[in-house]
Amino acid sequence: MTEVTQPALTIDALGKKCPIPIIMLAEQINHVPLNAVVAVLADDPAAYTDVPAWCRLKSHPHVGTYELPGGGWAIHVRRNY
Amino acid sequence: MAYFDAASTEPLHPQAREAYLAALDVGWADPARLYNQARRAHMLLEQARTEVAEALGARPDEVSFTSSGTQAVHLGVLGTLHGRRRTGRHLVTSAVEHSSVLHAAGVHERDGGTVETVGVGLSGRVDLPAFTAAVAAEGTALACLQTASHEVGTLQPVAEAAAACREHGVPLLVDAAQTAGRLPMPEGWSVLTASAHKWGGPAGVGVLAVRKGTRFRSFLPEDERERRRVPGYENVPAIVAAAAALRAMSAEAAQENSRLSALVDRIRNTVPKIVPDVEVIGEPIERAPHIVTFSCLYVDGEVLLTELDKAGFAVSSGSSCTASTLRPSHVLEAMGVLTHGNVRVSLPRGASSAEVDRFLEVLPDMVRRIRQDAGVA
Repeated sequence: MTEVTQPALTIDALGKKCPIPIIMLAEQINHVPLNAVVAVLADDPAAYTDVPAWCRLKSHPHVGTYELPGGGWAIHVRRNY
Repeated sequence: MAYFDAASTEPLHPQAREAYLAALDVGWADPARLYNQARRAHMLLEQARTEVAEALGARPDEVSFTSSGTQAVHLGVLGTLHGRRRTGRHLVTSAVEHSSVLHAAGVHERDGGTVETVGVGLSGRVDLPAFTAAVAAEGTALACLQTASHEVGTLQPVAEAAAACREHGVPLLVDAAQTAGRLPMPEGWSVLTASAHKWGGPAGVGVLAVRKGTRFRSFLPEDERERRRVPGYENVPAIVAAAAALRAMSAEAAQENSRLSALVDRIRNTVPKIVPDVEVIGEPIERAPHIVTFSCLYVDGEVLLTELDKAGFAVSSGSSCTASTLRPSHVLEAMGVLTHGNVRVSLPRGASSAEVDRFLEVLPDMVRRIRQDAGVA
């Protein structure tokens, strides 16, 4: 975990169903500087697939998905533009 | 009401209805008995078997009727694994098979067998080199591959997979539920499964074809019916209707496929132009003629389905909120495509161009309103 870039912003979407985590991410990614990382915390199984799919569609790199100790994931996205 | 959910079930073909009503009167007796009415039922059953076999590229004695496509898959997977127990206990499948395949694989695994699930690309097509390598593994007893995905319509490289299986002496179970009656059956299967209600036959009839020379042993208690492959009394009238529907659908397929495929192309090409932030999913060319799937970003699939229903469109979705499991479709997950806001349009025989036009007319505003209500800028 030492190589994981510290996120500039963490979006807590735990307990929220898709597409809400994606809507929150789309709203807030522009709040961080270019090349900074946004972490989306989510536990809806759909988010596991949908956040990386959103990254592909919107050309923001999906940095990685890390399991959270309490369930769910921290899904890291780098702002590309 | 525009019915766009043929991949779930195709409406009963008029010729199937006619055959069913006639067979209820003359084909109700026990086909295994030795009196006049029984002989008549037996004759109808065997005639239906011959017709279904011919349409699917099988021999009549290779074909058994089951009570559903799901039962055909369960029996086909577990019966072939059981028959080849001594060869090995390894099963290979793709990640996008119908849940009946995956659940049969689950039973096999809990029974001490092993399963390798081969992934797919973004379009839902199985990773052929990985599938080929998996089949070559020591102790592989069976491989399973669908002809086309029920959720996204992508055709699978069955002929190539069959060649790899043949090379390694591994039987291939082909789940043809989405293409039987619509497309020619691929060569090279050892076990073929299909479902009559997907081709305009009645519910309650599946097909399990086991190629001569394929080791097969039912894992269920012994029963004399259907060459000992399927237990229980045959539903002769429904089987007769299934055969009539298959004959009618196959005869119409060439013409109807190109018509439906053009409508699907229109949806595939138009939706991304009139609705922003949409991902059209699945193979654009190598696909079933009647299925198109897309996902709308920031849209709740259940809300979209409800709105479409109100507007008079019956469609289906692989989004999690529309499933009893609260998980998105395993097919969309395996492909790595958007699972929310998902809509599958699958056109039945006779779907009209005007209905498709109206669908394309109402969709953009519907999606815009749903996004607006969800607070999407």
